[in-house]
Amino acid sequence: MPSIGRDDVARLADLARIQLTDEEIDRLPGEFDAIMDAVASVSEVATADVPATSHPIAMTNVFREDVVTETLTQEQALAGAPEAEDGRFAVPQILGEE
Amino acid sequence: MRTDPLVDYDEAVDRYDPVLGIEVHVELGTDTKMFDGAPNVFAADPNTAITPVSLGLPGTLPVVNGKAIEYAIKIGLALNCQIAEHCRFARKQYFYPDLTKNFQTSQYDEPIAFDGWIDVELEDGETVRVEIERAHMEEDAGKNTHLGGATGRIQGATRSLVDYNRAGVPLVEIVTRPIEGVGERAPEVAAAYVRTLRDIFRTLQVSEARMERGNVRADVNVSLRPSPESPLGTRTETKNVNSFRSIERSVRFEISRQAGILDAGGTVVQETRHFHEDTGETSSGRVKSDAEDYRYFPEPDLVPVAPSRAWVEELRAALPELPAARRRRLLGEWGYSDLEMRDVINAGALDLIESTVAAGASPQAARKWWMGELARTAKEHETELEQLAVTPAQIAELQGLVDGRKINDKIAKQVLGKVLEGKGDPAAIVEQEGLAVVSDDSVLTGAVDQAIAENPDVVEKIKGGKVQAIGALIGPIMKATRGQADAGRVREIIMERLGLS
Repeated sequence: MPSIGRDDVARLADLARIQLTDEEIDRLPGEFDAIMDAVASVSEVATADVPATSHPIAMTNVFREDVVTETLTQEQALAGAPEAEDGRFAVPQILGEE
Repeated sequence: MRTDPLVDYDEAVDRYDPVLGIEVHVELGTDTKMFDGAPNVFAADPNTAITPVSLGLPGTLPVVNGKAIEYAIKIGLALNCQIAEHCRFARKQYFYPDLTKNFQTSQYDEPIAFDGWIDVELEDGETVRVEIERAHMEEDAGKNTHLGGATGRIQGATRSLVDYNRAGVPLVEIVTRPIEGVGERAPEVAAAYVRTLRDIFRTLQVSEARMERGNVRADVNVSLRPSPESPLGTRTETKNVNSFRSIERSVRFEISRQAGILDAGGTVVQETRHFHEDTGETSSGRVKSDAEDYRYFPEPDLVPVAPSRAWVEELRAALPELPAARRRRLLGEWGYSDLEMRDVINAGALDLIESTVAAGASPQAARKWWMGELARTAKEHETELEQLAVTPAQIAELQGLVDGRKINDKIAKQVLGKVLEGKGDPAAIVEQEGLAVVSDDSVLTGAVDQAIAENPDVVEKIKGGKVQAIGALIGPIMKATRGQADAGRVREIIMERLGLS
């Protein structure tokens, strides 16, 4: 069984941009292991003749017509934006000082 | 800023074997976006060509644009690819404000098209086969405007503004296998490959494929190795190069730069780089580290795409004639030499000549105008042939006037000048300005009689057998009629009047 270590948790947190306390980083490996074990139990019933699936219903080719639908106005689009400027979403500095 | 010592290009390719890898993104020209019904438009007011799906608002769900799938399959077929029987979309996770969802909907291990190739013709006629690894579908990202920095660049910016009009526009990304064995011609091959794709996109009518609008963008990977037998060297990826000339220059620069590093015993850093039009140089972007982990997984909100073989074959059968095949056909139809054809292609005159021939001119006449007088005019005005204020139909009409002996070549050039000045169509100009060849015998006979009367010595010579002296009579007549006299008819009348015919 794979085992999740502190380093893995710290890396996942970094990738997901979630800041964790040391206490959380200590606690989470055990919780992840429990989740991993639960998910791994699927492979016990999924034999080689069961294909991998990403969708619960076996459907393919659900397409829409290439037809323009109703759009948002700029005001509506920006209504939930914490900050906006010149009709655009304003976001904080992207690159920090390196 | 640059610290790497550059090596002279010729020396660099003498000592190292360059290998290319090119990723081309093409924006599809569908009416709507990849996963929602927002219009796919260029240069609308910011954040107006969007729906809640474009913004990734909670609770929204994507639905695939069937037309985009059709276009992607057409591109795959034109690039001699296999079309997947079953493929899925995947989430590519990254944090960057150009997409609102913190992931880009893309394809990962199941691209819609794979294992293809395309032959790329270089300017001297040599052909290089480029192998295509895959072509996959994804969505474009929004556009960031960086504020607070000195040059509008992200470095030093204090904040950025985002317009999501482009977010969700359908893209196909085409990835080559390593392009090996092209040696010193690598820069040229890179540009010619992207140009070949651009021409195919236009022929397929799947994209306007305008480089200057970013419809087609190239990421160019370059690496060097000591010899073709050596393992591949470390590559750099120059991102978003958006003109053929820039592609060529950036590859050339990277080869010189990497050779400098290797010569000094250093190692090339695997990183993305940015090309600068002004200096022709590339600069370091971000280092590809293992922090770059996109954690792809199948997109649970979309069902798989499984194009039926019947559909694929239907699309294959309906593919238009592709540019390379068209060039070969026209070469045969027009009877040009290989060299003439290459000059025509390199001058960007192929379409113009084809239209001119379609409008009734002979291939030779069409080539004479576009590669002669019009090429000179374009060069004089530092513009492209297709930018000139004359249509293929007007050229065919002009040639028709010459062929019908209504005007001669010299007058035709004058008429062309007037067409370019916007004075109208050739026939109308000839009519309005009275430029038609004068072949009216009563007018010509008067002029001939006058010339004979004024040049008795010339007449004596002619009568004495020196027929070539007739030019001395024709000259003044042409001058008197401002070049509009039918010289052949003038000669006949002189001979008649002198009783020599």
